[in-house]
Amino acid sequence: MKYVDEYRDRAKAQILVREIETLAAGMKIAEKRPLQIMEVCGGHTHSIFRYGIEGMLPKSIELVHGPGCPVCVLPMGRVDDCIAIAERPEVIFTTFGDAMRVPGSRKSLLQAKADGADVRMVYSPMDALALARKNPTREIVFFGIGFETTMPSTALTVLQAERESIGNFSVFCNHITIVPTIKAILDSPDLHLDGFLGPGHVSMVIGTAPYEFIARFYKKPMVVAGFEPLDVLQSIWMVLKQIKEGRCEIENQYARIVPDAGNTLALRAVARVYELREYFEWRGLGSIDHSGIKMRAAYARFDAERKFALPNVKIADPKSCQCGEVLKGVIKPWQCKVFGTACRPETPLGALMVSSEGACSAYYQYGGVKRQRDDAAIEAGAA
Amino acid sequence: MNTVYFNHRRRRARGKVHVPTVTLAHGGGGKAMKDLIDDVFVEAFDNPLLAPLDDQARLDLAALGRQGDRLAFTTDSFVVDPPVFPGGDIGKLAVCGTVNDLAVGGAVPLFLSCAVIVEEGVAIDFLRRIARSMAETARQAGVQIVTGDTKVVNKGACDKIFITTSGIGAIRPGIDLGPHRARPGDIILVNGLLGDHGAAILCARGDLALETPIASDCAPLHDLVATLLAAAPGTRFIRDPTRGGVATVLNEIAEAAQLAIEIDEDLTPLRDEVRGFCEILGLDTLYLANEGKIVAIVPPEQAQPALDAMRAHPLGAAAAVIGRVVAGEPGRVTMRTVFGGNRIVDMLVGEQLPRIC
Repeated sequence: MKYVDEYRDRAKAQILVREIETLAAGMKIAEKRPLQIMEVCGGHTHSIFRYGIEGMLPKSIELVHGPGCPVCVLPMGRVDDCIAIAERPEVIFTTFGDAMRVPGSRKSLLQAKADGADVRMVYSPMDALALARKNPTREIVFFGIGFETTMPSTALTVLQAERESIGNFSVFCNHITIVPTIKAILDSPDLHLDGFLGPGHVSMVIGTAPYEFIARFYKKPMVVAGFEPLDVLQSIWMVLKQIKEGRCEIENQYARIVPDAGNTLALRAVARVYELREYFEWRGLGSIDHSGIKMRAAYARFDAERKFALPNVKIADPKSCQCGEVLKGVIKPWQCKVFGTACRPETPLGALMVSSEGACSAYYQYGGVKRQRDDAAIEAGAA
Repeated sequence: MNTVYFNHRRRRARGKVHVPTVTLAHGGGGKAMKDLIDDVFVEAFDNPLLAPLDDQARLDLAALGRQGDRLAFTTDSFVVDPPVFPGGDIGKLAVCGTVNDLAVGGAVPLFLSCAVIVEEGVAIDFLRRIARSMAETARQAGVQIVTGDTKVVNKGACDKIFITTSGIGAIRPGIDLGPHRARPGDIILVNGLLGDHGAAILCARGDLALETPIASDCAPLHDLVATLLAAAPGTRFIRDPTRGGVATVLNEIAEAAQLAIEIDEDLTPLRDEVRGFCEILGLDTLYLANEGKIVAIVPPEQAQPALDAMRAHPLGAAAAVIGRVVAGEPGRVTMRTVFGGNRIVDMLVGEQLPRIC
């Protein structure tokens, strides 16, 4: 398939893997401990598992699967709020598909639907707006979720609703922003990250400038990466090359999609509709300052948070979950106390087991090969 | 209550429906119901075994015995949304599904039952279309629909139409298919492009606003299976990868056989449109449903004849070897990806849900 197969070329992958092996072999850090590279974005995590990239890398390189799955990091209390809205008889609650399974403290949206709530899966917020036009007597609420990638589409939908004076449409805004979160991770004391793969689609909106502090103040290299497997391999190679040459820069591997300045039209729409929250709660990571956005007062009539009374109760993450440590690369998913036992994809306890982009779910589903290899190594060590 | 279509012994004029839609009266057991059954179902399914119109179809055991030494018996319900889709409809699906469940067990499909639950308000013409589609598919598959039942339910109690078909087939002496027969080194084949049905149904639901030429692969597979068994009599096991797709079937086989399976992503035959569709939605082609496909496990020395025979059949032109059975960890299915990496292909947890970004 054109524009897809070129980025999955096995022969080119082998050349890159050899280059990566050569680079890693000559590195001092890699002799003492594995080099840790974090992919921030859940889309990368998915590609890494989908194509078996982790198993192709030398053992001296460890990929840490970061917090970039917006479905996974949504705290239980917010899911409960969703369900409270969805269970109102006048409401049609619309959501992206993979948010349906996220567990709240009592149930998920999928269970709420089975219990009679009118929950519908849509593919775009514009589908929700179309439902609002078609059902003038119902309240249509769209579950706004995601990083800067999906923010412009909900902002533009709100602006469209304003233009058409549609009164029965609102957004339950749970959008989050990536930069404060990367900063929070970098500030965490138990961290040894050596570099980052930057989120490609977020960067398509915000550009590469917002990451400069990572290179300048934290002295870590970052490469904004595409999502095809060759993109990921090439980006890993670029990070290694920076480490090898003692550089710390923000490089753009995904230049075919990501302009360095981002998308000004999208940013303008986002700035018009949204403003930063003082703080936002993340499942697994706790509260992070300025990491969420909310709707500006001028758009209050499209804000589900203002339109409906919400329980707005904070629910603590289950104690047994070690999502935070997995997110920061301190432990591997299967080293968590409840991985594969109390916490499984069909009954997720922790954030990372929820979506196919979550590190734990990906390991559970795809990761056995690597895990087996590691287990074998542990057994060999014990013997 | 078991309401059977055909409760009149004497020759009599067939009833006619004179209203455009089904109402609860058509499920009431009276004349309206008789008219509906006569006009829609008897009209379409007419055959000698059904002609006595009794509470049950009576089958000649001796005649069955001449066709094989074991009976195969299966049942399946069909609730597809939308009921009419590119490449077929719920009627065709209801016949193919049960015929194929018999065929993959090595049975020659012979007789079907047909129980229909209809939502009030459905157009009579729509019902006629579905019944004719069932009759036409049954004719192609060489089976007779010999007994049935009709219920009408309140609006909202079902989604337009639900159909349950049960089927009986005969298994010839000597045919023994089962996952327990798989051995390390066996070859895994499919008879063509994967995922067409699943993709066609998702597109036909219309909420994606994607226009694609993808049609369901829905087809009766009895003849293809017979062709395969003739060319590769040592065939170990056959399954039809319907719900859950090839990934699920391979997991079930590996689990039942207590062996491992390795497949190669490069070898899985896929239509570009289906690949593109899955790329856009973040779905995995291996989990998409098929309704006209088999996964066959054959001993290595019969793989080539099996492949040649399937490719010579109209329903097997794109047949391919996709992997093999190996002696690894019992129950494990792995795939060498197009990219050269390896990954586990696990059972799907729930339904595949499109990803956010």
